Amino acid sequence: MANKSGRTILFEKKVTLRSVLATREAMLILLFLAVNLMNISISPNYLNSYTLFTNINSFMVKGFIALPMAYVLLLGEIDISVGSMVCLSATILGLVYNGTGSILLAIFTALAAGTLCGAFNGLILTQFTELASMIVTLATMTLYRGFSEMLLGDKSTNGMRNVEWFMDIYDGRVGHVPYLFLMFCILAVIFGVVMHKTVFGRRMYAIGANQESARYSGIQVQKIRMIVFTLTGLISGLAGVFYCAWMGTVKNNIAEGYEMEAICMCVLGGISTDGGKGNFPGVLIAIFTMGLLRYGLGLININSEIINIIIGMLLVLVVMLPELKRIFK
Amino acid sequence: MSEYVLELKGITKIFPGIRALDRVEFQLKKGEIHALMGENGAGKSTFIKVITGVHQAEEGEMFLDGRKVSFRGPQDAQKAGIAAIYQHATAYPHLTVAENIFMGHEKMRRGMIDWKAMNCGAKELLDVLSAEFGPTDLMGSLSVAQQQMVEIAHALSVNARILIMDEPTAALTKAESEKLYEITEKLRDDGVSVIFISHRFEDMYRLATRVTVFRDAHYIGTYDVDGISNADLIKAMVGRDIKMLFPKPEVEFGDEMLRVEKLSRTGYFEDVSFSVRRGEILGLTGLVGARRTEVAQVIFGIEKASRGDIYVEGEKVQIHSPLDAMRHGIGLLTEDRQRYGLILEWGIGRNITLPELPRYTRNGLLKEKEENRKAARYAEDVDVKAVTVFDPAGSLSGGNQQKVVVAKVLGSEMKVLILDEPTKGVDVGSKAAIYEIMGELAQKGYAIIMISSEMPEILGMCDRVVVMCDGRVTGELGREELDQERILVLAMTRQKHGDKGGGGLE
Repeated sequence: MANKSGRTILFEKKVTLRSVLATREAMLILLFLAVNLMNISISPNYLNSYTLFTNINSFMVKGFIALPMAYVLLLGEIDISVGSMVCLSATILGLVYNGTGSILLAIFTALAAGTLCGAFNGLILTQFTELASMIVTLATMTLYRGFSEMLLGDKSTNGMRNVEWFMDIYDGRVGHVPYLFLMFCILAVIFGVVMHKTVFGRRMYAIGANQESARYSGIQVQKIRMIVFTLTGLISGLAGVFYCAWMGTVKNNIAEGYEMEAICMCVLGGISTDGGKGNFPGVLIAIFTMGLLRYGLGLININSEIINIIIGMLLVLVVMLPELKRIFK
Repeated sequence: MSEYVLELKGITKIFPGIRALDRVEFQLKKGEIHALMGENGAGKSTFIKVITGVHQAEEGEMFLDGRKVSFRGPQDAQKAGIAAIYQHATAYPHLTVAENIFMGHEKMRRGMIDWKAMNCGAKELLDVLSAEFGPTDLMGSLSVAQQQMVEIAHALSVNARILIMDEPTAALTKAESEKLYEITEKLRDDGVSVIFISHRFEDMYRLATRVTVFRDAHYIGTYDVDGISNADLIKAMVGRDIKMLFPKPEVEFGDEMLRVEKLSRTGYFEDVSFSVRRGEILGLTGLVGARRTEVAQVIFGIEKASRGDIYVEGEKVQIHSPLDAMRHGIGLLTEDRQRYGLILEWGIGRNITLPELPRYTRNGLLKEKEENRKAARYAEDVDVKAVTVFDPAGSLSGGNQQKVVVAKVLGSEMKVLILDEPTKGVDVGSKAAIYEIMGELAQKGYAIIMISSEMPEILGMCDRVVVMCDGRVTGELGREELDQERILVLAMTRQKHGDKGGGGLE
């Protein structure tokens, strides 16, 4: 072809220690280690694997929601209805079990409810593309919460408490390792591989970086948005099921604020809310960093409001970090 | 006092990699209407922006009433009594006419907006222009012509002595244009000096006494409108013969690859029909606003056709999305590659492989090594000046970005390529390279449609040219019939019947 200059273009990636250290993940790992060191110094028993996993389990439900939230943010969207979807799924699980006595049917309906909620978000957003996901999911957040309130009133439902194997989803362990943690690991690996190693993942990055260019490159943008929002609903439904197995009781105000928690985990992990940027390993490290930080601060009897202040400040700092780097260069 | 209200000498404006104005001259007499003409890209708009203080010239001097001035920003120009009106109204559609007229210099009383005074003032100005709408009407409810009147009123409200009109008639009907002519003449009689930019010769003959022609960022000359023939003027605008610089290979044409019949999109274009064969380069030309890009968008599935059919290799196809178009072997290089063609933050490799990602997978997983190797080869094929495939596309020059877009299309096996202004914003060296690639693609059997406003490349590269004006095909010329004047005449052939034209409003 036209190449007369004989120029060759390199295609091997050079990985240097410097380039690895400069990544956000390296910084996150440092933060993660710092949090763990703090926890060890507070409580000598911290590293006891049984109690450690007990603590990890307590933020796993939020961790599950952070997985699809990473995809949503990667697309440059946001979904703040996840907390309400968790609550509605859990509500439906409780009511269906009380009504039919079949926990399997109850689980299935809960997952279906979550999926439907997510699909509804997706449907609105893909049919009316000029609407912002922030606004649409703000509306459905209230809507789905409203359904829970209508179905439950001010009562709670806790029949599933009596199904031992169901409660074991949360409590059961292989050795010291909880089932829930194992399931999270499996799902996290799948989510990570899809994001980084598949066509679907690359297309999500493309849409987040430049939706118009993605469309002109033959990517079916709306189809992918639909899939991601529906998937978010499904995983929220799953988180609702896990919530039931955790608490054994459901009220209409559960999982409030989970959306912000999940978004925080993703942002801390380096997923930009502008879309198109971030890595999955960062999100995983961030989930555990935040979870364990909360736990450690709780250990020294700092009350939860102050914990929020500390985590909020940490988040501000981390989000500012790339800017600070630029300023001090 | 100088004879001229405005005089510019040796104005040079340089943008990165491009000389937008090269020692340009201009003189405006008091109370004259002076037409400024030239092809797209000749530097007219940049020149206007220098006068209005939006751009600062690197070299040259500007005199106002014989006194040397230098504008640091648009405010300086405004204070000096210079105002500009653009083709597309730049107003605030949700505010009233009066608010728009006094935008930036609202009438105040005790720190509050004095609505009464503003509406009265607006009414007076509108009466001067004999407008048929009131000061409290919403800007958004007005037609384009009426919005222009508001902008003229705005110019009057700041006591503009020099009024610049940039293609004001482009979106107007004949009757509306006539009204604008009358207003302009009235302003002239009141002592305002007017610079009138237009592609329409009728505008110039109707209004101007003198005309200045720019070409390729250079000043060509200033002529009395009565003293220059149409042919000479066109020659001044396009006159150059650089056909030999285009490496156009002779190619045997093959079968018909793409044909559109009576393709229409309501409000944009109507009854557009043409076809292109294997190995052929078909030019699609016309002035800005001829709706060529819109035709390409419909063929590529970005927008829906309201009527008409598309045939690929003789078979009728339905195209609802870019994916459909690509499946049928149609590729599009967009005019705005930064917005639609590339992901600027991404390395060039990922940009190149994006449309054909599934090809680089095994068992559903991406084989990145192979992907990068292939991408490097495609980039080498078109001689992209980059060091690695990880270099961000945004870090390359315009010409090299365009080559990346070309490489992207080559990575997916296409039969028909639509190139929308392929050399827009590209430096001369890369231009030649892109022409060469085009020629080679034609030799390889691609059917190519090149949308372009640049006469030289249309003449130099095309086997056949379809000319559009106002959303309609006004003519088709074979290679032997190609000449600049013919194309220009066709490009300005408006529909005689129906003042509305096919153009409509944006």
